[in-house]
Amino acid sequence: MNEQAPFTIEQFYKYINLGKLMGGKCKKCGVIHLPPRPLCNKCLSKEFEWVEISQKGKLLTYTIIHVAPPQFEQMAPYAVGIIQLEKGLRIPGMIRDIEHEEIEIGMELTVNFDTSAVPSQWPQWPRYYFKPTHPQ
Amino acid sequence: MLKGKPLVSIVSAGLSKFGKLEGLYAREIFAQAAKEAFDRCPNLDPKKEIQALFVGHMGESYEHQGHTGSTVADWAGLLHIPAIRTEAACASSAAALRAGIFAVLSGLFDVVMVGGVEKMTHRTTSEVTEFLAMASDFPFEQWHGITFPGLFALMATAHMHKYGTTEEQLAMVAVKNHHNGSLNPKAHMQKEVTLEKALSSRFIAWPLKLYDCSLITDGASCLIITKPEIAKKYTDLPIHIIGSGQASDSIGMYERESLTSLTAAKISAKQAYEMAGVKPEGIDVAEVHDCFTIAEIIAYEDLGFCKPGEGGQLIERGETKLDGRLPVNTSGGLKSKGHPVGATGTAQAYEIYLQLTEQADRRQVKDAKIGLAHNVGGSGATAAVHIFRRE
Repeated sequence: MNEQAPFTIEQFYKYINLGKLMGGKCKKCGVIHLPPRPLCNKCLSKEFEWVEISQKGKLLTYTIIHVAPPQFEQMAPYAVGIIQLEKGLRIPGMIRDIEHEEIEIGMELTVNFDTSAVPSQWPQWPRYYFKPTHPQ
Repeated sequence: MLKGKPLVSIVSAGLSKFGKLEGLYAREIFAQAAKEAFDRCPNLDPKKEIQALFVGHMGESYEHQGHTGSTVADWAGLLHIPAIRTEAACASSAAALRAGIFAVLSGLFDVVMVGGVEKMTHRTTSEVTEFLAMASDFPFEQWHGITFPGLFALMATAHMHKYGTTEEQLAMVAVKNHHNGSLNPKAHMQKEVTLEKALSSRFIAWPLKLYDCSLITDGASCLIITKPEIAKKYTDLPIHIIGSGQASDSIGMYERESLTSLTAAKISAKQAYEMAGVKPEGIDVAEVHDCFTIAEIIAYEDLGFCKPGEGGQLIERGETKLDGRLPVNTSGGLKSKGHPVGATGTAQAYEIYLQLTEQADRRQVKDAKIGLAHNVGGSGATAAVHIFRRE
């Protein structure tokens, strides 16, 4: 892990491309930011270290998108949700590899990485997504 | 500290027709609203007396037109006064109103026009979906395909799970607001909707259906505000703004304290109520930001009209209907009057102005003395609340 890597959204997605979910831990107050931030939103320090976050989470809430913006139209309907990770961290993302009827609040989901199709133009970010920890 | 002392007074107000205004540009629609405000106030010479313009406008993408302040000042016949655009997503014109209040309170200006405008209907639904989503977090929400209805759907699912709020209760908000809109000649969709029809409409972002969503609408709104001491020079019935609050929250919904409440709205409401010296029970009529039906239910709770989790029951009991204890969205709200995003904040204030000056015609609330407007930007990263009082 490169300690010197900048605590930016760009770097967060570079780690996603390596299959890692990485947050920035404030060296002063200990709070973890996911995504990382250049300035601690609790104590305003700018000293951080990278910490790897477990990919295990629980679904807090979700929706099925039927009307999508142009770049997602072909995928609709698709499920998106917000998951609760360790240490009170949360991230939103798509829920895949499950029938929509089987999605439930509270279910265990795992963060996965889709690094196959990184766009060639800005933003050159891969996508992570959530899938059931215990597929049926 | 201020406890009900007028910050500024509204001496006139204007609203364009809301709807699909084909062949008109935003600046031309704003001119309609401005003309109504000018005509309503014959004692005011707009060209001589209006000293500044603040206009809410969300996106230049719609018309490929930025620099909205000068553009609309020009077309409103107010050339050469300082004019700027305020942007806070769907709360852009509540932000314009606050900018106007600050400008008057600063002592620099006596008479100011505030307003908002958006032209949206010439774009496809997919394009509008994309443009609106720009008010949400790009790298974590938009990037993962989360739309605006999607964000409110995330809150709806959480609210239903936590409090047992039902799809029927959401649909009741639509039925009520469409009824009110059917009485508003300027509303976009002036027709009643049945509960069955609302419940059987297609999904936009489950559990939100077509009739849970506000309309893509063209429209403009404006107010002329003055120092309270000179308001009587222009009208016998000035409406005083006695409370104004605004707050922000994290741009990403996923980082917020709650998924069933808007912290920014609660903070803004507290500021406005304290400034006005008014409690939620003291409100006679309110316009709240029903961009989606769930947002109106959450607004009831954030504004203290009921306890957290009881918003669904409040609509079910009919307390917020036109003939209820506290009529909400008498204009038809964003749901039926329409939601030209930049225009919405001051359009809400326009409706409260009509109500408090007894010009609301068939949707007039009897003896309304104190009104409230609640405007939300994005999925809740901005909220603003204003409280209005007649003399």
